[in-house]
Amino acid sequence: MSMRKTLALLLYFFFLLVPIYWLLNMSFKSNSEILGGLTLWPQAFTFDNYRVIFSDASWYSGYINSLYYVCLNTVISLLVALPAAYAFSRYRFLGDRHLFFWLLTNRMAPPAVFLLPFFQLYSSIGLFDTHIAVALAHCLFNVPLAVWILEGFMSGVPKEIDETAYIDGYSFARFFVKIFIPLIGSGIGVTAFFCFMFSWVELLLARTLTSVNAKPIAAVMTRTVSASGIDWGVLAAAGVLTILPGMLVIWFVRNHVAKGFALGRV
Amino acid sequence: MNKVPNNKAWWLVLPVFLLVAFSAVMPMMTVVNYSVQDIFDQSSRYFVGADWYRQVLRDPALHDALLRQFIYSTCVLLIEIPLGIGIALTMPTKGRMASVCLIVMAIPLLIPWNVVGTIWQIFGRADIGLLGATLAKLGVSYNYAGDPFDAWLTVLVMDVWHWTSLVALLCYSGLRAIPDVYYQAARIDRASGWAVFRHIQLPKLKSVLLIAVMLRFMDSFMIYTEPFVLTGGGPGNATTFLSQTLTRMAVGQFDLGPAAAFSLVYFLIILLVSWLFYTAMTHGDKD
Repeated sequence: MSMRKTLALLLYFFFLLVPIYWLLNMSFKSNSEILGGLTLWPQAFTFDNYRVIFSDASWYSGYINSLYYVCLNTVISLLVALPAAYAFSRYRFLGDRHLFFWLLTNRMAPPAVFLLPFFQLYSSIGLFDTHIAVALAHCLFNVPLAVWILEGFMSGVPKEIDETAYIDGYSFARFFVKIFIPLIGSGIGVTAFFCFMFSWVELLLARTLTSVNAKPIAAVMTRTVSASGIDWGVLAAAGVLTILPGMLVIWFVRNHVAKGFALGRV
Repeated sequence: MNKVPNNKAWWLVLPVFLLVAFSAVMPMMTVVNYSVQDIFDQSSRYFVGADWYRQVLRDPALHDALLRQFIYSTCVLLIEIPLGIGIALTMPTKGRMASVCLIVMAIPLLIPWNVVGTIWQIFGRADIGLLGATLAKLGVSYNYAGDPFDAWLTVLVMDVWHWTSLVALLCYSGLRAIPDVYYQAARIDRASGWAVFRHIQLPKLKSVLLIAVMLRFMDSFMIYTEPFVLTGGGPGNATTFLSQTLTRMAVGQFDLGPAAAFSLVYFLIILLVSWLFYTAMTHGDKD
């Protein structure tokens, strides 16, 4: 790699990491130090902000709720997207192109007004303030993406494998679970990362569909505004903690992201 | 790959179809319902036809927000797409460094959107934020809370910081999918770096780029949380984009009828532009 390329990349990473460094820095400071002036390193290093989060149930239950519905959403998205992606990658059928575009259009509804009908819909079927409600609502934007990514990976698997398996007497279901799914394991990992990510950061739908029992962490964070102003330290610590689960997920799939998923569709 | 025509494949797609339709169709129909009625309460509602549509299409505040929105989304795409491709091209292709790069790039993507706004809110302050303080030292006058252009620029930089990684990640995996023989052929032909990019890498990236462009267009066109947290849409109306105008209408004034009519118009605009991207970029396939 040439020097110039490395330099450009380093410059970009610097740009990416400086705000993160600032967040970390803030999370180890007391509020008076944050608001008192500019310090590049915490003068009075403290874990108090983290202690607040781990000792207060209303804080840490936010993380548990978020993790719960995010995992649920990832599992549902994968389960329904796998067969659909197989269909898109192997067969031509009536309206396939249109169907794919229609799936994508569901990302396009501006949330502000759609939130109220969403609330009504999920209340009317008795799912309001449950994890499954948020998980189902998030399928709206995660399933189309999952179908697309998985299809790319599946198109990379030669079709002869399917045909051989059928000749050997495998049923479709058995072939799919025993042979095909292990072949696209990396694709499933990458898809899981993207589903996890988009569901984890989404706030508007998650907040609308929950009140107490399934309240997500991002909504809990808006609570730090109190009479004495914003509790910046705790907010920063909570922000740092929101990054960690996703980093864990990408750590597991890091070697698979590289295996292109751009082989199929469109 | 040759695909076999087989309409039974619909059975495999059916779960996806039902799941998405459940969350998509009902709310959409409710919004359509709002948009043609004047609703006082459950018992007194009047059919008003296209009145709300006429009203919102003539509203100058919405025209301003729409224009601002288009300028903003255009800037986002013009910066993030080339930058993302560039970064994907400069990233190491294998080894430990590649993994580290991927993880570092994923960090901004994993932060909930309201936290992103919060970070930059304090990061940009001249008295206690690193960015604001550095700019002040350099003698640049910068105040995102007071100056409309600074506020707008902050939202844009924030978006580039937040989302360029997505474009880069998609392009990176797209590049990895190009078989080595293409590069070998290019070496035999003594193709220049630019020619390799123009005739091998870019065409092969088309499908990932399509998804990247569409995702970035849709999300930037519906941006809400970040400017709301940063400045609440101000100063003045500098960072009041469409979503926020809509929220003020629906939640602030509780004008559900016009707000519903407006969100359908909004939806159609996004749909139309996305469809243009989609057809423009998939057009070549049929030849």
